[in-house]
Amino acid sequence: MPEALEEGASMKGGLNLKATELRLGLPGCESPEREREGVFKSGAKRGFSDAIDGNWNAGSEVALGKDAALFSLTATDCTNKPTAVLKETLPHSPKPLHDKKPQISAPAAKAQVVGWPPIRSFRKNSMASQPTQKNDADAEAKSGCLYVKVSMEGAPYLRKVDLNSFGTYKDLSLALEKMFSCFTISQCGSYGVSSRENLSESRLMDLLHGSEYVLTYEDKDGDWMLVGDVPWEMFIESCKRLRIMKSSEAIGLAPRAMEKCKSRN
Amino acid sequence: MAYTFSFPEEVLEHVFSFIESEKDRNAISLVCKSWYEIERWCRRRVFVGNCYAVSPMMVIKRFPEVRSIALKGKPHFADFNLVPEGWGGYVCPWIAAMACAFPWLEEIRLKRMVITDESLELIAKSFKNFKVLVLTSCEGFTTDGLAAIAANCRFASFIFLISQVLNLLDFNFVFELVLNKGHKFESKLCLCLVNLRELDLQESEVEDLSGHWLSHFPDSYTSLVSLNISCLGNEVSLSSLERLLGRCPNLQTLRLNRAVPLDRLPNLLRRCPQLVELGTGVYSTEMRPEVFSNLEAAFSGCKQLKSLSGFWDVLPSYLPAVYPICSRLTSLNLSYAIVQSSDLIKLISQCPSLLRLWVLDYIEDAGLYALAASCKDLRELRVFPSDPFGLEPNVALTEQGLVSVSEGCPKLQSVLYFCRQMSNAALNTIARNRPNLTRFRLCIIEPRTPDYITLEPLDSGFGAIVEHCKDLQRLSLSGLLTDRVFEYIGTYGKKLEMLSVAFAGDSDLGLHHVLSGCDNLRKLEIRDCPFGDKALLANAAKLETMRSLWMSSCSVSYGACKLLGQKMPRLNVEVIDERGPPDSRPESCPVEKLYIYRTIAGPRLDMPGFVWTMEDDSSLGLE
Repeated sequence: MPEALEEGASMKGGLNLKATELRLGLPGCESPEREREGVFKSGAKRGFSDAIDGNWNAGSEVALGKDAALFSLTATDCTNKPTAVLKETLPHSPKPLHDKKPQISAPAAKAQVVGWPPIRSFRKNSMASQPTQKNDADAEAKSGCLYVKVSMEGAPYLRKVDLNSFGTYKDLSLALEKMFSCFTISQCGSYGVSSRENLSESRLMDLLHGSEYVLTYEDKDGDWMLVGDVPWEMFIESCKRLRIMKSSEAIGLAPRAMEKCKSRN
Repeated sequence: MAYTFSFPEEVLEHVFSFIESEKDRNAISLVCKSWYEIERWCRRRVFVGNCYAVSPMMVIKRFPEVRSIALKGKPHFADFNLVPEGWGGYVCPWIAAMACAFPWLEEIRLKRMVITDESLELIAKSFKNFKVLVLTSCEGFTTDGLAAIAANCRFASFIFLISQVLNLLDFNFVFELVLNKGHKFESKLCLCLVNLRELDLQESEVEDLSGHWLSHFPDSYTSLVSLNISCLGNEVSLSSLERLLGRCPNLQTLRLNRAVPLDRLPNLLRRCPQLVELGTGVYSTEMRPEVFSNLEAAFSGCKQLKSLSGFWDVLPSYLPAVYPICSRLTSLNLSYAIVQSSDLIKLISQCPSLLRLWVLDYIEDAGLYALAASCKDLRELRVFPSDPFGLEPNVALTEQGLVSVSEGCPKLQSVLYFCRQMSNAALNTIARNRPNLTRFRLCIIEPRTPDYITLEPLDSGFGAIVEHCKDLQRLSLSGLLTDRVFEYIGTYGKKLEMLSVAFAGDSDLGLHHVLSGCDNLRKLEIRDCPFGDKALLANAAKLETMRSLWMSSCSVSYGACKLLGQKMPRLNVEVIDERGPPDSRPESCPVEKLYIYRTIAGPRLDMPGFVWTMEDDSSLGLE
């Protein structure tokens, strides 16, 4: 694996001054030229000056144990030039991990090091062809949020919910309850009065989950489905929008929906 | 009055026949000359850890009656693409030599070697009693070579373990070729297949296999013991498979490929309820209660089932189907299964007999905590990364998971753990909890990551590991490490046999500590560390006591390599450099890669253009 660093360092016949320039820039803001030099590899040369002038000389004075040195080398033998290596990424002053930034001043697009992490090709290829997990953290880090529109029969406007912020159907229905409670209240005639205290919880639940409403969703194929049949993960992957339907409306679509709805409660 | 008391040779031979391990055999051969002689004539199995350490003729000369040989070729880092194509590891000279010398050879096992069709044909023609061919991570052959084996081996029992096969492997083609060549071949093939015991394509990267090769097993064929097709991309004929399973009562291992649908699994299982090891195919389908109960019943019917793997594309609602057999499970490989921690916990909590768990980091700390609480017999844990190239952590797996397992599993011996953060405190705790660890491989995904709490190097943590785990045989390091950690390793790692190092250390002192301190070191592999000439040259003699040393992207100069090669005739010092001849650069220029191994066979003659063996004094005209 030819390394630009090695070539630059030893073949161009002199010190690569730009590479050795001390910098205190933030990660990711190096010049492209520097980025190309493969920061991950630079560690191999780091601290070599120490090897020549520092620790080693101290150590070489003493006997090296039973397998004593077969060869006595002076410090000038076999030196790697240049020894003033990249020190802009000091291993001992990295950013703390909780910053969630790479420890080394890596280029913004992370350069993949050959053979690291040490994973066999078979495993790499197998994982590449499987869909990745969509747990909450993953979704947040990668795709952000999964907002879908929620409409309700008779409500003047729609709402949007982030499906990724829920873990279960129960969470979702509780949130929808809260969201649409004002509309159900209006059905009861207390329009504009936002106080839910006037209504008992059971009454509210009855309105939403009883005979009055069913929760449905439109899936990727464009079909309207009853919420709750499939595992949660599968649901959030296929749900395009939600609709709180009146039971009367739902009967036409899914005759068994009401029984299911009741039995679920 | 002294007796000279010795057993007749035949008696000693008989006694020796009970000694299997080659370490013991080697020890026997050192007792005295007559034992050496007797032992060498009755050694039947030979293991050569480095195919270039000894020549075929030397093995043949010493052990004339070998029936089974195992050879390893490329260095371990070849698994991670660090060894360029064409480096070597050719088995051809071995096959050629053995073809003459070992007519009764029955078994050949190769790992990380190159085997050509010509060699396969030679095997087919030369060994009349050939039974077992095992190819692990090998390459270089095609279906023509396999066709030759199939057509000519009379008593062939095939075991193929193939990874990274570069040429197409088409079993369908093989059988068609053989069958189309006429009746006599067909009968030979049937004979081969009748004796076929195991067909194991583990970890093979085979793409284009078509499915109907299975139907070529004749109806009379009943002796299958193990079938592993987990690597195959294409569908296999399920009806053929069902019939095959149904007539093989001795089948113990069945590893299916991803293409086998879940709703067909119960039928397959019902044909082989005596299964001990099962790898499922894809583990999801439409959620239907009758499919679930069918599956659950089929699993329950397998009373001997101890090992599960597969679980591709898992639908968690189907996991409970295996609950009825969980209490018997000793081995669980979920390392390709994308399952959330909560579902994993439900599953693992029901497996109190678990000895081995391979899993993805989706298990998270919570799952490992549950593992520690439920699986008190656990010996081996491997946690693989689900997203190794992502910049941010995607799961809640930290060092805590490993700490929990070290606390809760008193028999834990072997660990492979990929994670993104580690602390010295955690390593210290793990070391104190589990002094019985023999294999500890930690991979902190980002190179040079320090202790995330103190921001210090992880020297003292790994130091604690080597200090407390006195029987540690294998260690892989990662994270931010200075020369200090190597001082600890040299001081305490007295039983250490294999050490893997990456992006660590400050100076030659680090390497020196390891080479001078680790008395039992056999294999050392290093990449991207600032180790140079001094430690290497100062410890040259040590290198003759090891199998091999690999160094890539380090600071060893060409001059030092030459010097080492000159002075140490029993080492092969190979410089691997794809930039061109090292002579064209200053002697002080570091080499790209360096592979040093002890040998009594002298420099090898099959090197490609980018490998140079440093010559020793005797072959140099002038120095």
